[in-house]
Amino acid sequence: MPTLNQLTVHAAADLLARRACSSVELVRDVLAAIERTDRQIGAYLTVDAESALAQARAADAARAAGDARPLLGIPLGIKDLLNVAGQPCTCGSRILQGYVAPYDATVIARLRAAGVVFLGRVNMDEFAMGGSTENSAYQVTHNPWNLDCVPGGSSGGSAAAVAADEALATLGSDTGGSIRQPAAFCGCVGLKPTYGRVSRYGLTAFASSLDQIGPLTKDVRDTALLLGAIAGRDALDSTSLDVPVPDFAAQLGGDLQGLRLGLPREYFIEGLDAKVERAVRAAAAQCRALGAELVEISLPHSRYAVAVYYIIATAEASANLARFDGVRYGLRVEGADPIDQYGRTRAAGFGQEVKRRIILGTYVLSSGYHDAYYLRAQKVRTLIRRDFAAAFQQCDAILTPVAPTAAYKFGEKLADPLQMYLGDMFTIPVNLAGICALSVPCGFTTAQLPVGLHIVGPALREDVILRVGHAYEQATPWHREKPKAAKNRA
Amino acid sequence: MTSPDNSASDRIDVRYVAHLARMHLADDEVARLQPQLEQIVGYVRQLDELDVEDIEPTAHAIPVQNVFRADEVRPGLGHDVVMANAPLARDGQFIVPKIIE
Repeated sequence: MPTLNQLTVHAAADLLARRACSSVELVRDVLAAIERTDRQIGAYLTVDAESALAQARAADAARAAGDARPLLGIPLGIKDLLNVAGQPCTCGSRILQGYVAPYDATVIARLRAAGVVFLGRVNMDEFAMGGSTENSAYQVTHNPWNLDCVPGGSSGGSAAAVAADEALATLGSDTGGSIRQPAAFCGCVGLKPTYGRVSRYGLTAFASSLDQIGPLTKDVRDTALLLGAIAGRDALDSTSLDVPVPDFAAQLGGDLQGLRLGLPREYFIEGLDAKVERAVRAAAAQCRALGAELVEISLPHSRYAVAVYYIIATAEASANLARFDGVRYGLRVEGADPIDQYGRTRAAGFGQEVKRRIILGTYVLSSGYHDAYYLRAQKVRTLIRRDFAAAFQQCDAILTPVAPTAAYKFGEKLADPLQMYLGDMFTIPVNLAGICALSVPCGFTTAQLPVGLHIVGPALREDVILRVGHAYEQATPWHREKPKAAKNRA
Repeated sequence: MTSPDNSASDRIDVRYVAHLARMHLADDEVARLQPQLEQIVGYVRQLDELDVEDIEPTAHAIPVQNVFRADEVRPGLGHDVVMANAPLARDGQFIVPKIIE
């Protein structure tokens, strides 16, 4: 008999609906798991046990009074850059140490209205900049499958918490792969929704034209449920799209008959780990066995995506992070005059990766360089979008690896930022094109590290990629595997 | 400050850019960032090999235009709520260094 913390969101919701367990029992099991294993994993920055239990009691009382909302009493962990009123929101940065969120992000307000219990804050690379969570100013997060390996990033705490059963599910954010890559590294499911599908209000901005919020979960059905709960037009985010939100979970099921899945020839390249490639090709074959037709496609400008991204994302970040000046919130280091105060505050408050990106972003926007870098990158971004538009004339969704390798050891890529950046080569094009993509577990390396299958869909066709992911998942055992590492070390 | 052209070398004046970003850098940080940034800029210059003359730039991948709302007063956060995270405040105001003698 598994403990309640090991359940998926939908399995726990079924038990709650049948009164087979209470939200308080569910939250107690999750808190006990955090107590037991998070010393090794380090997924949580803060856990508010008292508040979580109070929220659970309120959910149980509501249910007793006849409330049957599907997510009532479900405990979730939240990435530390989404504002939850009254909780800390540090973004993994010293510059926001002690900051307490004055309001709820829209996704949080929606989940709160759905009766969700907020457990606490999960770790991340500072301001979501990184692919290993090693850039957190506060702590290291370990991969539950191998404690010597990174959990991926930037939503490393979100993925590790789900993999270690320290949350039923979590929210993360994805600017260039920050949900999908940690989901792949930790063997969970992660979704980057279409740009505009989910409101960004209350998400601390990194790169505003690329950021999206999405779920990290134990299976595809949970991702569909949570997407349905957070998606939709929001008057507080003018880039959120005014389009209907289908019942994603209700549409799951069936095989892949009639679907065409594209394999981009440019993505199976040198530098792609042989075991990752084998797992992804086997997953494609499995999809064919489920009725899909496989077609070779071409995304010729994808090879420029990392270069485009590190211009556009850093440019936007340098502007977004200008707000941290020690006046209205956050760290303040006194100086001789305002300029000196800003300089000292930002020198003390930001870590190395954030400084590197602010400098790069400021440089590509500076006088005389803007056209050569920023404008050119925006034009190549158009070419990347056109590649996908052409590809989706030939297929309904695209299959690729999530990352060129499985999780790697701590410190392995810290000294060489460019190598770290190239780890996002398969996920970045999706953000640049504004489309949606799902990461689903598709096997293991010989070192028992999870591998992720990347299912990419056209704008607003989350229903298609969830259908593919669900059919694949139900036909394979990977999502049911649990890591042993944390228990072995306990 | 001279305005460099597109054929400029990848040499970055890190201290000057840090000044633009209002961020002090220690000498050892400049020494570390210099080669890293030049390597990254060297990498992104591969975009130069593409002809983008007639290509429209993409600012947002999913174009949304003219988003309006009714011009009416709506409640915001209370003054005390907004000030609660201020590192230094007095009488409901942020304190900043003196700029006028």
